[in-house]
Amino acid sequence: MEVNMLFNKQKSIYLDNAATTSVDKEVVEAMIPYFSEKYGNASSQHLIGQEAKRALEESREIIAKSIGAKRDEIIFTGSGTEANNFVLKGLFFANKDNKKNHIITTKIEHDCILNACKWLETQGAKVTYLNVNNEGFIDLNELKKSITPETLIVSVIHGNNEIGTIQDLKEIGKICKERGVHFHTDACQSYTKTDIDVNKQNLDFVTLNAHKIHGPKGVGALFIRKGIKIIPLLHGGGHEFGLRSSTENVPGIVGFAKSVRIAKESNIKHMEKLRDKLIEGILKIPNTQLNGPRDKRLCNNINVCFNNIEGEAIGGFLDSYGISSSTGSACSSHSLEPSHVLKAIGRTHVQINSSVRLSISKFTTDEEIDYVLEILNKIVDKLRKMSPIK
Amino acid sequence: MAEQFNAYTKEVLKRFTNPKHFGEIKNPDGVGQVGNPVCGDVMKIYLKIDKKTEKIKDIKFQTFGCVSAIASSDALCELAKGKTISEAKKITNKAIVDKLEGLPSIKIHCSVLGANGLKKAIEDYEFKTGKISKKSERYDDEDGSCEGNCAIAG
Repeated sequence: MEVNMLFNKQKSIYLDNAATTSVDKEVVEAMIPYFSEKYGNASSQHLIGQEAKRALEESREIIAKSIGAKRDEIIFTGSGTEANNFVLKGLFFANKDNKKNHIITTKIEHDCILNACKWLETQGAKVTYLNVNNEGFIDLNELKKSITPETLIVSVIHGNNEIGTIQDLKEIGKICKERGVHFHTDACQSYTKTDIDVNKQNLDFVTLNAHKIHGPKGVGALFIRKGIKIIPLLHGGGHEFGLRSSTENVPGIVGFAKSVRIAKESNIKHMEKLRDKLIEGILKIPNTQLNGPRDKRLCNNINVCFNNIEGEAIGGFLDSYGISSSTGSACSSHSLEPSHVLKAIGRTHVQINSSVRLSISKFTTDEEIDYVLEILNKIVDKLRKMSPIK
Repeated sequence: MAEQFNAYTKEVLKRFTNPKHFGEIKNPDGVGQVGNPVCGDVMKIYLKIDKKTEKIKDIKFQTFGCVSAIASSDALCELAKGKTISEAKKITNKAIVDKLEGLPSIKIHCSVLGANGLKKAIEDYEFKTGKISKKSERYDDEDGSCEGNCAIAG
């Protein structure tokens, strides 16, 4: 009986890697010594402390190199959310007296950017939320037109967490440089999946995090180009070049660096292949639409609208077969608001309620994709028979 | 062990994955549709009624909705089948929740939808058979005016 599978899941296929990933065993191994053996505080002068300090700085070097930055341009944080808040609030408060109070961002940012912007509006900031086209790309001309002498920063998400759209950082960076405004990207979803080069792309700030790339939760990083003045969110003992006080999470940071080191080009190719197979397989089901672009799309993202059935019902059914997915529906348990990203690309409420996101990882297999497609065909057929909307 | 962390009861999941009462009744004696696809739930209830005994001979549902909406629809049908019209009118959303051994608080509106769907279908029957002269508009929220807030309001 199907229901038994709900409680004794024979299979477990995790397709919610945009939410978080499993920590790679190699990463766990790299972290373990830093809990009970090399447990020092990196600020301590003694040997145990210096051992931790060395691990911290080596990790910083690895992260810096991975995006073409210098070691002292990387600040570790407690999350991607913290790094995003830090950029916007820290830069805004550092420029409070020079009339630069305009922030440009997009309508498809992660909630932490949007809600930080909304809060900054209560503090005197003016914010422009750029539109996107039906695939989720911003219009570079609209960006150019939005920049004013008051503009402080342009913040654009690199790879979108819901629909996978990868923005052209190089072109955006060029515009920002020409116009003399700071450029930030939230690269939490795209890091190690597509190229980030702070010099080629003229980036001043980049948000990164570990748990989307098979590293631990609770660790993020922010690239801050040398020479830019920014006010810290956390004042204290002066850790992280005085920009983020808090005793460093050394095991987490070591794990973060390890997850970056083991990221491989071949993983991207593997994910791209499976992504395309899944997308093509799903689109063979009648009355389905892909949300987001076919090209310039994160290698692990699939987001589809299954017309006339509710996304959460599909998710619930998939879960009963041991397949984890995620919905952009009004029904998802955290928020009752329909996805702002799907809204921004012009999807109707009904289409948004019928959409499901599947996000794969380097651990996803070809057999798993076959199984998911088989199950999806079955349950979409069943739910459509149940639906009064035809 | 794992169940206590699960948002849904076994009964909800059982009815969701294997609903017994879904489908359409040809030439129904009463039909009620409630909800709005904009909000994420539409429920259509079909009734076949024994004219002599006024008992619900058959009841089926079609639902566009989430796990809870489908499970609520199925539980409602189970509760209503075999009951007389006057008994069926007394089925509350709480009875549906009890039948499902609980619903997450955020999903209670799905049971409300179920109870309203049945009331509307009965009303349709009563209207068609001349027992009432006018349908109430209480349950008519499928006019497209909803902004997606029924999940909270429901």
